[in-house]
Amino acid sequence: MPTTDVNSYVTDFERLNDARAAAGPAWLQEIRDRAFARFTALGFPTTRQEEWRFTNVSPIADRVFHLAAGPDGLAGSEHLAAYRFAAAEPVEIVFVNGHFAPALSNLDALPAGVSVRSLAGVLSDDPDRIVPHFGRHAAFEDQPFVALNTAFASDGAVVETSPNAVIGRPIHILFVAARGGEVSYPRVLVLAGRNTQMQIVESYVGVRANGDHGRAGIRGQGSGEPSFTDAVSEIVLGDGAVVDQYRVQREATDSFHVSTTQVRLAHSSTYSSHAFSFGGAIVRNDVNVLLAGEGGDCTLNGLYLAGGSQLVDTHTVIDHAQPHCGSHEVYKGILDGRARAVFNGKILVRPDAQKTDAKQTNKTLLLSDDAQINTKPQLEIFANDVKCTHGATVGQLSADALFYLQARGIDRATAQQMLIRAFAGDITGRVKIGALREHLDDVLLRTLATKSNPTRRSSGTADAKAAGSHDSSVRGENPREVEAEP
Amino acid sequence: MLEITNLHARVGEGPSTGARGALSAVGGREILKGIDLKVGTGEVHAIMGPNGSGKSTLAGVLAGRSEYVVTAGSVLYEGKDLLAMAPEDRAREGVFLAFQYPVELPGVNNAYFLKAALNAVRRHRGEEELDAIDFMALVRDRMKLLEIDPSMLNRPVNEGFSGGEKKRNEIFQMAVLEPRLAILDETDSGLDIDALKIVASGVNALRSPERSTIVVTHYQRLLNYIVPDYVHVLSEGRIVKSGGKELALELEEKGYGWLEQEEVGR
Repeated sequence: MPTTDVNSYVTDFERLNDARAAAGPAWLQEIRDRAFARFTALGFPTTRQEEWRFTNVSPIADRVFHLAAGPDGLAGSEHLAAYRFAAAEPVEIVFVNGHFAPALSNLDALPAGVSVRSLAGVLSDDPDRIVPHFGRHAAFEDQPFVALNTAFASDGAVVETSPNAVIGRPIHILFVAARGGEVSYPRVLVLAGRNTQMQIVESYVGVRANGDHGRAGIRGQGSGEPSFTDAVSEIVLGDGAVVDQYRVQREATDSFHVSTTQVRLAHSSTYSSHAFSFGGAIVRNDVNVLLAGEGGDCTLNGLYLAGGSQLVDTHTVIDHAQPHCGSHEVYKGILDGRARAVFNGKILVRPDAQKTDAKQTNKTLLLSDDAQINTKPQLEIFANDVKCTHGATVGQLSADALFYLQARGIDRATAQQMLIRAFAGDITGRVKIGALREHLDDVLLRTLATKSNPTRRSSGTADAKAAGSHDSSVRGENPREVEAEP
Repeated sequence: MLEITNLHARVGEGPSTGARGALSAVGGREILKGIDLKVGTGEVHAIMGPNGSGKSTLAGVLAGRSEYVVTAGSVLYEGKDLLAMAPEDRAREGVFLAFQYPVELPGVNNAYFLKAALNAVRRHRGEEELDAIDFMALVRDRMKLLEIDPSMLNRPVNEGFSGGEKKRNEIFQMAVLEPRLAILDETDSGLDIDALKIVASGVNALRSPERSTIVVTHYQRLLNYIVPDYVHVLSEGRIVKSGGKELALELEEKGYGWLEQEEVGR
């Protein structure tokens, strides 16, 4: 039974449909209607459903969010500086509250071979262009948040490359949630032509009162209400295409963020995803990859930082449907306070997918006794000539490593920070865009400074003087390790 | 410069910490049972003894390992209460422990680590921090001393290093940090003779009238290359015999059993 009442969404959907019925093509309306029917039938998920066992979305379901009206709420482009990474001649398409903001975007000097347009623009000028793809990859039948996005999405980014084009500059898609109390439905469609090569950066940022990423000068933050982002990206690679996708989530720490990235790889194409999650009170990211052609190769890297009472849930599905495909997945988490994280990594190897080579790793660093991770590898293998490995570790900062640094004169807090950065650097170091890598290192440091408060209980006994006297220590590393090679 | 009086220590409660797991098996048992030792400025003292005699515990207690609990006694270092200091403060005051098992720090760049350490020490001494250029000049100079491959600087600290490389890296760090009291904890263990000579010549090059050294070792071999002023034999948590460098040779010849019998006979 759906837990909640979806009435406010029904009202909004009907109102929105009246407004856009005249403009949109019939095929699109048909998808939207079907998607919304699925959403009302499914309702918001509950923790009784396996895929949502550890993530209770009732704080989202129980709240009424207003449909984001327009791209206002930002005083000007200078307020976005904190979310841009320094790249010469940036290519940026900016959305505020889910709506295209041309004045904030930089689309004048696009590299040859790529088009970057707003979804609203494509739907009004050239809608048939995306018929084969829009809403066809991200399945909404069983995924209520995908259904909700598909029903409501009116705007977003459509990026398309011509065959053989090598796009030399990253395409930055920036979604800004500038007002509390609103829901936005960012939508991204990437169509990478045959043998094309490109880098996409998706940023989801939020600015609100008391938000730790808040900046002076941004209007529309006074409501004190959290925002809700329900995003869907569909990424379609042609034969031999190479796509690197970076996803940076820096919304306010009281916001709600749910996303699905759906990827389809054709013959001999290569896709890498690098997902960074910093903000949000409840964050759920699904990444679903279909290896639909022989010789495809997929890399999923991720890093999530959470403190306070943040919850970050990552579900990935890699569907090896064809032979000779590889998948490499490394997700790392750093959790402090009472933060919780969920990692569910499913690898499906279908009967035809011989010679599959799949490797999955999830490592979590717990900085407090109250932080918690539920990690679950899920391998379903129906072919017999495959290599699949998975491993998960959960641990604290190594007491030996901390002591080694201290014994060289480095104070405890700095030593902890060095070790945490080293842990995270394994993922940030894989970012191929230099300016973005530096940007992320910087965000990481500043986020750690706000989240991490390494106070520890004393380990010395009252009547004895600890040899290490001082402030006592983190407990010894206590790894719980699972390694399996079927 | 260092005065240890009636030092008693045991392993504290709590989970083991990996490399020292062997010790935690005897958790709670007293390991040091009244150590008295004076080390003068510029002197080299060797501490020898069989496995389990407390050699590494003594080194660990001096450096501030938190799994050891001092139950009695005192340690004065240049007139200050060493045991009251945090490990990083001991290091900044000039105490250096060359680890028996140097710790691997994946993802921590060696040069970055060493620069952070050196500048922490320099700040404490009231000296100006070194910039990248001066730091590199110093480091290059010291690398030659230990015959260290410059590519090592850009690798993560100790990760993937051979046993010999790790030990050389310890002495290299010592050469950069220029401590006043160096404690070498079984720096010779696991080294072949060539690596041993390199490490020993590095240590000898750093000998000076201002620097005191405690060489903890199981075997006399190292002392052929680092010749001590004094030799102490540790057994069952106590120093049971002290003498000059010739004591090491005597031990090599007769083994530790001889002393233990002598101890029982007393």
